[in-house]
Amino acid sequence: MREHGARAIRLVSLPLLCFAAVSAAPIAWADGPQSSPSIFAPASTPASSIQDLSWFVLAITGGIFVTVGGLLAWAIFRYRARKTDDDSEPAQIYGSTQVELAWTVIPILIVVVLFLTTARIIFAIQDAPKPQVALDVTVVGHQFWWEFRYPKLGIVTANELHVPVSSALEPRPTFLHLLSADVDHSFWVPQLAGKTDLIPNHPNDMWIDPRHTGLYVGQCAQFCGVEHAKMLLRVYVDTPEEFDTWVKQQRQPGMQDSSVAAGRHIFETEACTNCHTIAGTAATGTFGPNLTHLESRATIAAGAALNTTENLHAWIQDPDHFKPGALMPAMQLSGEQIDELVAYLTTLH
Amino acid sequence: MADQTLPIAGSLDVTPQRLSRAQVLEWLHGWVVTVDHKRLGILYVVYGIIFLLVAGAEAMAIRIQLAWPGMHFLSPELYNEMFTMHGTTMVFLVGMTILFGFANYLVPLMIGARDMAFPRLNAFSFWMTAFGGLLIYYSFIGGFGLYGMGAAPDVGWWAYAPLTARAFSPGHATDYWALALIVAGFGTLGTAINIIATALSMRCRGMSLLRMPLFVWLMLVTSALTLITITPLTAAQIMLLIDRYLGGHFFDTQAGGSAVVWMHFFWIFGHPEVYVLVMPAFGIANEIIPVFSRKAIFGYPAMVAASVGIAFVSMGVWAHHMFTVGMTSVGNAFFVLSTMLVGIPTGIKIFNWVATIWGGKIRFATPMLFCLGFLFQFLIAGLTGIMLSVAPWNWQLHNSYFVIAHFHYVLVGAIVFNIFAGIYYWYPKVTGRMLSETLGKWHFWLFLIGFHITFDTMHFVGFLGMPRSIYTYEPDRGWNHLNFIISIGGMIQGIAVLIFAWNLVQSYFRGRKAGNDPWDAWTLEWSTPSPPPAYNFATDPVVHSRRPLWDLKHPEDPDWKYEA
Repeated sequence: MREHGARAIRLVSLPLLCFAAVSAAPIAWADGPQSSPSIFAPASTPASSIQDLSWFVLAITGGIFVTVGGLLAWAIFRYRARKTDDDSEPAQIYGSTQVELAWTVIPILIVVVLFLTTARIIFAIQDAPKPQVALDVTVVGHQFWWEFRYPKLGIVTANELHVPVSSALEPRPTFLHLLSADVDHSFWVPQLAGKTDLIPNHPNDMWIDPRHTGLYVGQCAQFCGVEHAKMLLRVYVDTPEEFDTWVKQQRQPGMQDSSVAAGRHIFETEACTNCHTIAGTAATGTFGPNLTHLESRATIAAGAALNTTENLHAWIQDPDHFKPGALMPAMQLSGEQIDELVAYLTTLH
Repeated sequence: MADQTLPIAGSLDVTPQRLSRAQVLEWLHGWVVTVDHKRLGILYVVYGIIFLLVAGAEAMAIRIQLAWPGMHFLSPELYNEMFTMHGTTMVFLVGMTILFGFANYLVPLMIGARDMAFPRLNAFSFWMTAFGGLLIYYSFIGGFGLYGMGAAPDVGWWAYAPLTARAFSPGHATDYWALALIVAGFGTLGTAINIIATALSMRCRGMSLLRMPLFVWLMLVTSALTLITITPLTAAQIMLLIDRYLGGHFFDTQAGGSAVVWMHFFWIFGHPEVYVLVMPAFGIANEIIPVFSRKAIFGYPAMVAASVGIAFVSMGVWAHHMFTVGMTSVGNAFFVLSTMLVGIPTGIKIFNWVATIWGGKIRFATPMLFCLGFLFQFLIAGLTGIMLSVAPWNWQLHNSYFVIAHFHYVLVGAIVFNIFAGIYYWYPKVTGRMLSETLGKWHFWLFLIGFHITFDTMHFVGFLGMPRSIYTYEPDRGWNHLNFIISIGGMIQGIAVLIFAWNLVQSYFRGRKAGNDPWDAWTLEWSTPSPPPAYNFATDPVVHSRRPLWDLKHPEDPDWKYEA
């Protein structure tokens, strides 16, 4: 019966392993420059209060697991049939009102405690008042990319959200208004907040107040079709100065550079304009991402590839190369035309 | 004790001895036109096991694709088909059919009846379910899916609107999904009605409702719940088809329809569906744990009350699948409370199982091993369920791999473990031969190890922010090693299931003869020969307690002296 004892020990130690693995995982498993988007590495009030709540719930459920799992393991070990047993049956016990009443009342008390704690955090996050200084951003989910509109600043961009850092002294939370252009999506950057869905005809709201500058990654968390997996999210939390500079730059129209006029001509005369906007040109499409400041973004295709000359070339030639099933068609341009087009796009700072 | 002749005798054994071609055809024809509850039960279970292997193969394909970041084993389209079909198959064609198969086979035997209340409805229901399964798999040949490509349904087993609208899902894959499940659903409703009628009106003399074996009680509650839950799904699927072909706007958001209404319909079905699957599994544990602990079940009335309570509360918790869709804070709080309340009757059940083991003489045969695995895993699944019911934490965990881990703990750790336990336990009754204990132990330990490698690890990768339904992932998110480990565990489970399938086949021909009552058990089915003859009982049995065979084996200390 040794294996049962060992199994019991392993099972009892599970919650401990759980704690250890979660705290160590972002360090131990990180392969690249970014750390994991762990829900246990919060950088914003909603994510932090969720983390605090989750430790509390883990402690209670862990306690229940150790108690009940321990009793079960002990019972299995203690009451195993032995070779020395005779053929007789053990004493038959049909129930006990007192014992059954006790193990009904105790769970009820635990539920009351858990519910009240949970309800407090629900109201604290969901019904938080919006301060005057809050930044408004409208997020529109598309198959398979993100549109970010800053209605009060007159900015439209895609896939990489820029928000200012917020602190206790100078709170500057960002309130996100969530819409969808097609199917259901979900906005999830684990270190900043829990997820909220983007549902057509059903506007939602959420907020974040990141306390540390840097890049936070996430992705669409509601299955939205073929390329759901490559609908990635990047949130840049800037210092107030960086954010102001970024805003100033984003409000400019598209760069006009006569040395790439050929590329611009291709962009304006081919199908590109049906879907894309470049402010200051004839291109005013809204089906695809706004490209006015394409070069201010680190990635293309909703994070599926880095924003490099080669990748842009490959993307325009055949979007399926990075993202099979993306809604942008292959543009059927010659290599030369694509070179000229990419040369133009890379001036759009 | 095992083979003593009991007063409840069987009738003639009519199994053919030697097979010519005509006899084989006759035999096949017999299986097709049968209305015998035992044959239909076997058909259900065999059909379920075949689909278990299919859905298992789909899971293996998914795990190979996710073993490394950026794998090209499956295309995105094919991956989406695989996870949609894996989920749909496991829920509708494996879980439902195997558990209803158990009910078909066992309910009449356990209550001392000669057949189900409506034998022809029974056959009709099975064939509806069977054709539903064939129809949905025909979509691999016959349908086209999401924009661009795909042949089988690829919108997820939850099929959220408006992804299922024709604008986003042209072709017929989504139609196959809806139609096949409507067809299978009618079969399910027929069987549910049948089980209710059988349990309520076909019990033998002396078997009052509070003397019914707990398995029958659980099937009665499950069937009542099935009648209530399958209906909204069928209604929603008909509305979806109206949207797609008759210009309806129920869920068509581009014409002002509501995506959220679909979610409500789906989860009003979908959450109780989990209990429809897990309660028969509880029923199996309720039969096996006492026999192998050599004790009566602890707190029988409380177990019945808890089952009814779970069924009742389970109908008011559906929106805990929807904490992220933007309900009001009060709405969220309501569903937090209702969901947590499920924990109370569920807790009572776990405590009663522990108390049943307590003071017993536990025999570690394969059925009991699976049930003990179930107890630990169901405890964990319940606790992760509590974690998910905490709405703010759910905003993080929802649609992450933590959720995948949680519901596989329920669906595999609890339900599949108990299905295996039930098959090891009743196979001797059905075939007359024992399954190999050696292969059974290999199956159990490999499956247990593989299960924990896979699903324990999934909790952590969920904590690290990995969402579900993605066909690949970025290599810099810290998910690589964990996913590789998960895939290894999946392969180990695959091997274990193959051992199980081999055990089923080879024991049928070479297994040890079982006799009537190989486990020294207490319910009526063990008083019949193995396999039981047509019409089960030559004379109607009469019972005086919950454990009629205990009374016969222990005339000096019968149960009816103690039962209230």
